[in-house]
Amino acid sequence: MSSPCRASLLALVLLAGCDEQARDPRGHPLPETGPLLSAAMNPARPDPRAVDYYKNAFEVSQGQQLFQWMNCSGCHSNGGGGMGPALSDTKWRYGSSMADIVQTIANGRPNGMPSFSGKLTQAEMWQLAAYVRSLSQHVPQSIRSGRTEGLSVGEPSTLRDPHPPRAVTPKQDEASVE
Amino acid sequence: MRKLRPLLACLALSGCHGRQVMLGAAGRDGSMFANLWLVFLIVTLVFYALVLIGLVWAILRRREGGEPATRTGLLVWVGVISVTLAGLSIASWLVDRNMNRAPFTGLTVEITGHQWWWDVRYTSADPSQTLRTSNQLHLPAGMPVRVILKSADVIHSFWIPNISGKQDLIPGRTNDIVITPEKVGLYRSQCAEYCGLEHAHMAFDVTVEPLADFEKWWAQGLLPARAPVTPLQKAGYAYVTTRECSTCHNIAGTPATGQVAPDLTHLASRLSLGAGTYPMNSGHLAAWVADPQSAKPGNKMPVIGLEPDQLNAVVSYLESLK
Amino acid sequence: MTELDPDLARDGPELTGVELDRRLTAAWRRQPGLIGWLSTTDHKEIGKRYIVTAFVFLALAGVLGLVMRAQLARPESGLITADRYNQIFTMHGTTMMFLFAVPVMEAMAIYVIPLMLGTRNMTFARLNAFSYWMYLFGGTMLWVAFVLNTGPDAGWFSYTPLSGPEYAPGKRVDIWAQMITFTEVSGLAAAVVMATTILKQRAPGMTLAKMPIFAWSMLVVALMIIFALPAVALDSGMLLSDRLVGTHFFNPYEGGDALLWQHLFWFFGHPEVYIIFLPATGFISELVATFSRRPVFAYPAVVVSLCATGLLAFGLWVHHMFATGLPRLGFAFYTAASLTVSIPTGVQIFCWIATIWLGRPQFRVPMLWVIGFIVTFVIGGLTGVMLASVPLDLQLHDTYFVVAHFHYVLIGGAVFPLLGAVTYWFPKATGRMMSEALGKLSFAVTFVGFHLTFFPMHITGMMGMPRRVYTYPAGMGWGTLNMISSIGAAILAFGVLLFVINIILSFRAGRVAGANPWEAAGLEWATTSPPPVYNFPHLPAVASRTPLWDEGEGLPVTTGLRVDDRELLSVTIIDAIPSVREPSPKPTIWPLLSAIAIGVTFVWSIFTPWALVFGLVPSAIALTIWFWPKNPDVPPEPEID
Repeated sequence: MSSPCRASLLALVLLAGCDEQARDPRGHPLPETGPLLSAAMNPARPDPRAVDYYKNAFEVSQGQQLFQWMNCSGCHSNGGGGMGPALSDTKWRYGSSMADIVQTIANGRPNGMPSFSGKLTQAEMWQLAAYVRSLSQHVPQSIRSGRTEGLSVGEPSTLRDPHPPRAVTPKQDEASVE
Repeated sequence: MRKLRPLLACLALSGCHGRQVMLGAAGRDGSMFANLWLVFLIVTLVFYALVLIGLVWAILRRREGGEPATRTGLLVWVGVISVTLAGLSIASWLVDRNMNRAPFTGLTVEITGHQWWWDVRYTSADPSQTLRTSNQLHLPAGMPVRVILKSADVIHSFWIPNISGKQDLIPGRTNDIVITPEKVGLYRSQCAEYCGLEHAHMAFDVTVEPLADFEKWWAQGLLPARAPVTPLQKAGYAYVTTRECSTCHNIAGTPATGQVAPDLTHLASRLSLGAGTYPMNSGHLAAWVADPQSAKPGNKMPVIGLEPDQLNAVVSYLESLK
Repeated sequence: MTELDPDLARDGPELTGVELDRRLTAAWRRQPGLIGWLSTTDHKEIGKRYIVTAFVFLALAGVLGLVMRAQLARPESGLITADRYNQIFTMHGTTMMFLFAVPVMEAMAIYVIPLMLGTRNMTFARLNAFSYWMYLFGGTMLWVAFVLNTGPDAGWFSYTPLSGPEYAPGKRVDIWAQMITFTEVSGLAAAVVMATTILKQRAPGMTLAKMPIFAWSMLVVALMIIFALPAVALDSGMLLSDRLVGTHFFNPYEGGDALLWQHLFWFFGHPEVYIIFLPATGFISELVATFSRRPVFAYPAVVVSLCATGLLAFGLWVHHMFATGLPRLGFAFYTAASLTVSIPTGVQIFCWIATIWLGRPQFRVPMLWVIGFIVTFVIGGLTGVMLASVPLDLQLHDTYFVVAHFHYVLIGGAVFPLLGAVTYWFPKATGRMMSEALGKLSFAVTFVGFHLTFFPMHITGMMGMPRRVYTYPAGMGWGTLNMISSIGAAILAFGVLLFVINIILSFRAGRVAGANPWEAAGLEWATTSPPPVYNFPHLPAVASRTPLWDEGEGLPVTTGLRVDDRELLSVTIIDAIPSVREPSPKPTIWPLLSAIAIGVTFVWSIFTPWALVFGLVPSAIALTIWFWPKNPDVPPEPEID
């Protein structure tokens, strides 16, 4: 039985310690009622909660479900953009970090993005942010959400461009928003 | 004999009494099931006895020989099995056909399965008479009801064992089943198709009542939610209709118009909470609102983290939604 | 007859005894050491590994079963979380069905069938080894994933859309679907090896009509596997592509259909039950004959029953889908078909009882398992009759009644015969008898534990308890029955543990068995226990269904096979007339390396589709070397007229 032992040992080493497949409906131990963006202004130290959400397949999929439920598609059209900006491209006016996205969801942005503060819980915003982030960034296949069970709009998630997003100045992007 | 039958069945299986049992015979299909079940039970018991007798005889027999007789025996055995099976097939088919011949009188209920709760609509030709509720079913005794079954996510299965058999709720398809509750009473229905994390906690209450009561209940259900009276209720109303709750829940007659979670318009008049998970009372309601993820881990309601006074207010308001 | 090459050494009157043994052993043994151990193509070694691995999976899945019973012993128990429970019941079902029940039947056959047929090895010996490695890797992958909290949680049936991309996030269901791919490849390989061996490598004179019934059952099963498994391979392939590349096979909003999954799954899934059950009936036929001291009564009827079951098994998958709202008229057909399949089973039961009735039964331990089988399995069969009826099924479906039903069928109908068969063939494989006293004790404890566990579930189901729930409310009246089931489960586990202890003790210090300790009639008892690496010094020839009873010590033999190289004798399919001598491949490491290359490709492809491209290269290299033409210098052997 030496061969199977070795194989499983190797696999264990490779996968050990990753809880990206865990499914913890209670959310994460950090206090959910703490300040929303402890480190939003400090990109060097990202919010410690972020990693629990964007590195977990279940949280990303919950974000995907919220994206549908909250009718984000109404403006963002499954990430492809419409009335609102596209989320699956690489242009981000208000920053593409988890904290930035949560900030956008919570407080809204000019030109139509409503505020969801008090409408969604913080955990839900983190989940949404994790999903939105996965629309444009390269996330491992083991975390990324699959297609939804519904009409398919836009390109499939598997064909998304995995280039990292970049920030753009509002002026440069004005045309595409109008 | 007619009285003896259920008695026999009860002796065989003590599954006659209860809110969620197959031999409850509280509906048209349920009674037919109980009778057919008894036929099958007796036939199979006879065959089991035959096999056991044969086996014991074979073991105890102390001599050899008799092969020609055994060959005849095999032919007889095949004949007996075939005839019996044909009989059972036909009996089963006749019962099935009878079940599908339920007369239909016009009451239609549309049930949509969600992970892990039931959205219920009593439809009516007059749209203003359409009643929406969740996680409960009121049925008039003795009247066939067509239940339209849809699913919003995965496959669920609709099953009120006392009244009728199962029918699946399948995304992309519309199924229907006609059920005829006959005995007034309180029953329980539980999702019968594995539907994910909280499949175990996806049930609802079924109240079978006389037609007059049912009509009263329907009329009552059409009313908008009660306005808050006490200051505490008013505070709760303010929170529920403007904050997180209203994003997902609908309360008729208020600004809360969310469509992705159970309707709360007459929440406190229901018998249970969390899709048949807890009995409805203020203690459970408070526990649920405070931490739904402890009450039913994995359900789609997030932990909001209400402050104690907010919690009091919200529970007080929800309790007033009779 | 064509002239044989006189330079090549062959067994025969002039070459026999010690010298023959020395030369055949030299030709058939494998290299010593780890590499040799890994490259073996000997069906006995592969069979033993298969059996041991399958029993390890049985133990693992059995432990999961106990955990579930512990959780369900009390209402509202908080022993394990819903998420863990869902993974556990999925793993229990998946492991039992895909990694234990089917493989263990193939495994028993891989060990026993060549001995029963009187041949030196199976056809495609390397494919046989490859089949084992694929099975091992698939099972290991599933269990490693489970340990890492990535165990599948959509049920062993993985209904879409619950198992689809939206509702089963992460890799859990991908692991499940890819494990199916592994067992597919492994199962199909084993089935091809099995079918060809049975059809082409029987002892001269063993016509189809004289073949042991177990061989018949394995032939039917091998053909069933070949027809049934592609359906689930297609199904899991479509699921993977839905999940990984965004196709819409099961998405009704884009023209797919959620029910398509169920049709394809049960088109495989129902025959699967008979793939497990038919080998068990083969065991029973062998055991009944041996311990009743007479051939099975009405051999043709039993064989026809086997074939009929194999055919009918493909016509009743819809009885798993009565509640899905398919057209009602069609259901009557599936009810009738489902009921019809109990006719051949009834015939077999009659024949076994008649065999006991006509013979002089000896109640050794294997025979006790036979009796336990009949008493238990018939209950499962009869509840199956109930489930075939649409009105009854609409109530009973997906309740604990069904759980009780299929455990009666699968444990009573397959595991009991399996344990009897292990007891029966244990002396052949190890040269030692299993302890009779411990055997009787383990039978009694297992039997009692089994019924205590599963009989109450019929009632729990009738009282409305659905399947696959991680807990249930108090006050439903299910508590006591569940507690009884849980206690029974512990007893059942203890019984199986006694069986394993018996195996270990007997393996070390059991009574030494002769070549034919049970005085049985089959060819496998004609060689020593354990058999030499080449199985038979001279291939036996047979003239009846019970050669050892009819010929005694003077079993006629066939001679003329080469002794300095691996050579097998092929016969015509129906009449078993020798037709050609064919070389048997030597041991090689390449089946293992191919399995590793293909296994890595499979696992990798869960994470990126590019794996299929990159993984093709090592797989192609490994397969090419494996199939590189061998022995081009040896002239082809002449045909036998």
